[in-house]
Amino acid sequence: MRTNGIEIRWHGRGGQGAKTAALLLADVCFKTGANVQGFPEYGPERMGAPITAFNRISKEEIRVHSNIYTPDLVVVVDETLLSSVDVTAGLKEDGAIIINTPKSVDEIKPLLKGYKGDVYTVDARTISVNALGKYFPNSPMLAAAVAVSEVMDKEAFITEMRTSYQHKFAKKPEVIEGNMKALTDTFTALGK
Amino acid sequence: MAIKDRMSGNEAVAYAIKQVNPDVMPAFPITPSTEIPQLVSNYIANGEMDTEFIPVESEHSSMSATVGAESAGARSLTATSSCGLALMWEELLVAASNRLPLVLALVNRTLSGPININCDHSDSMGARDTGWIQIYAENNQEAYDNFIQAYPIAEDPRVHLPVMVCQDGFITSHAVQNILLEEDDKVKEFVGEYKPEEFLLNPGKPMAVGPYSVSNYAMEAKYNQEKAMENSGKVILEVAERFKKTFGRGFGFFEEYKTDDAEYIMLIMGSAAGTAKQAVDDLRAKGMKVGVLKLRVFRPFPADEIAKALSGCKAVAIMDRTESYNGHGGPLSSEVPAALFRNKVNIEAVSYIYGLAGRDFMVETAYEIFEELRDVVENGKKVKQHRYIGLRTREEQ
Repeated sequence: MRTNGIEIRWHGRGGQGAKTAALLLADVCFKTGANVQGFPEYGPERMGAPITAFNRISKEEIRVHSNIYTPDLVVVVDETLLSSVDVTAGLKEDGAIIINTPKSVDEIKPLLKGYKGDVYTVDARTISVNALGKYFPNSPMLAAAVAVSEVMDKEAFITEMRTSYQHKFAKKPEVIEGNMKALTDTFTALGK
Repeated sequence: MAIKDRMSGNEAVAYAIKQVNPDVMPAFPITPSTEIPQLVSNYIANGEMDTEFIPVESEHSSMSATVGAESAGARSLTATSSCGLALMWEELLVAASNRLPLVLALVNRTLSGPININCDHSDSMGARDTGWIQIYAENNQEAYDNFIQAYPIAEDPRVHLPVMVCQDGFITSHAVQNILLEEDDKVKEFVGEYKPEEFLLNPGKPMAVGPYSVSNYAMEAKYNQEKAMENSGKVILEVAERFKKTFGRGFGFFEEYKTDDAEYIMLIMGSAAGTAKQAVDDLRAKGMKVGVLKLRVFRPFPADEIAKALSGCKAVAIMDRTESYNGHGGPLSSEVPAALFRNKVNIEAVSYIYGLAGRDFMVETAYEIFEELRDVVENGKKVKQHRYIGLRTREEQ
């Protein structure tokens, strides 16, 4: 791994918040003292179009500015992308992929072109609707990325996310607890 | 004490603008620089700065208003990208020839067509002969640092020229990375108060700005403008030296990364230089003596300094992120070999076009180029002097 850290690729659809999740992950890792990079790949942006976002998290200075072609972790925010986007392209064999789906790992694996690394599924819809009353896949997928990558300590993550949400939702404090619940429920669901 | 933070390149430049708190900012939004005026407007609305923000109806107007405000004696700036810069063309020349020390935060994006929003250097490179000083950044930190140095360079009485502070659209403008921010008062002190010598809103000393100049005078005006550009080199280095003393980060016309004993050097600008540095480290680990010359200041063009820096190597890859459509390469491919020739530096020089309209420049791309240079020198491989790298299909040889 070039940056002596971890490289993450996010696949989502425009409007689902994959870019925001990548920027939030950069933000929260920065607070633990890491060198971070979080950036989206822009095309003709429109709601629902496939989009990609990237993270590099490292102990060392990050100088590479290209997209990420051999990620350690892939996060798929929308499972319908599996039929149209080659989400495991370049994904390291000793890496992992997380897919937002109510399906089990065994049901999803046949759709992953024989990928041999670790596969995780997260039912972000159920988690989000239970916790927030609405479907925002962002928070569950972010928590899953942290739990699977072990890029930072989970307790530190929870503490930092509370601060971050308090800032972000200063005018909507009623959604803070729901988002926090979505994070911890994801940890529980993953058993990690 | 510098403050550790994380920001995108656009956020970093907007933050620098807030700290400098110039007098007037006319602007019109265009991707990918839109966030800069947007964030500055937020700072103004929140009472964090008191710059007069003028929303205008086009970039022709934003540069016109910036020229007007600067002529009046106000420290002024604007921001734009791509076709926005193209629409400012006439005023770019007016700003430089009127010797107005205004600043343009440029976020590099390709010019049409095909229409595309991603990075290459065709916008600023197209404006390379408009008389502006041009400074390029590798990352958010450099975009921030360069902006802070812009007014002290522009406003120096030996210079009096506008400065374009460039960064790569999306690649750095929209990438969040770590950054060191300096304290407000230190930035303000470094930039200093603007005291124009001559300006329009000066009742005791009336003047005309931009009048017709007959042939008896116009050529001298242009000669003086060229002298100012030549003078600016010294000033750019002085300001960089003062910046280093104040904030600890050093700058020059270019950065030489592991070039001392390098046999093969890649001359490159902007964000791709960071990626190339990684390739240098990887190839050096395998015993290949390679280096990167990252050009920061393109105008004035440091021809003699570049020739000297390249004089010890066997071959240079000249990397242009824009096309000149002249059959021989981009702007660097013309100016670097001219510098080598005039300084009698006889090395292999291969011109590459890369990264047009956002085509990704990868570490592997840099490996490929360094290996080709070695092939040229060691095995006498014949290559076209004007090469495309990163095409989806192989180039016709």
